[in-house]
Amino acid sequence: MQQVMFIVLSLVTLAAALMVVIARSMFRAALWLVLTFFGIAGLFILLHAEFIAVAQVLIYVGAISTLIIFAIMLSRGVMDPDARRFNDQWGVVAGFGAVLFVLLAAVVTRTRWPVALADVPADAIQRLGGDFVGSYVIPFEVASVLLVVAMIGAIIIAREQES
Amino acid sequence: MVPLTWYLLVAAALFCIGAFGALARRNAVGVLMGIELMLNAVNINLIAFWRYVGVTQMTGQLFAIFVITVAAAEAAVGLALIISIYRQRSTVNVEEIDTMKG
Repeated sequence: MQQVMFIVLSLVTLAAALMVVIARSMFRAALWLVLTFFGIAGLFILLHAEFIAVAQVLIYVGAISTLIIFAIMLSRGVMDPDARRFNDQWGVVAGFGAVLFVLLAAVVTRTRWPVALADVPADAIQRLGGDFVGSYVIPFEVASVLLVVAMIGAIIIAREQES
Repeated sequence: MVPLTWYLLVAAALFCIGAFGALARRNAVGVLMGIELMLNAVNINLIAFWRYVGVTQMTGQLFAIFVITVAAAEAAVGLALIISIYRQRSTVNVEEIDTMKG
């Protein structure tokens, strides 16, 4: 059952991701991106990482996709839909991507991973929160500073210049 | 139970698709979408390794959350840059944004 769920979810995710990169219209690509993010959230639930799945839906589907759609709307009109989607090097890049996948697949299937399957602890989310304010408090604070800096920077960069 | 290798293969495929999008798209927003796909592939790997190798420690999930944070910051600044470039040069085609080309 889990195998079937996994295969369905990964096929949906990969097909949607492929549509993201080959869709002619940027707006359609953004909608396919939303489907990709949902598929990945499904994979996280299959891996018993429910908190990350919820965070994925909130941040990627809720915030980043909306931001991307806004950017597409604001920069519409310049890219006419009949223009080329890819630059001149797309053939080389496609070859590079295929070779990279074959290489990664060879490494992934040949390595003996130290798999130690155990049940997910019942207090996993409590532990996650404890680690955030415990041994990982410095990276946590740095991440919050990064978010503030990014927010201020984005406002300053995108502000209308009055001159 | 699904083997760990399957998750790693899906993540590898997603990463390669994202890399193709980031390197071959002409629209700057498309490049950014490719980068988001690559970051998501990394997250799948982190969570899969957490589940299969070290489920008692939460390190995998912690790092996934940090990756999501960095991705959010990167998307915000990147899209602000794209909008600013669009205002000044009326283009979002990465081939025409070559002011810093030597």
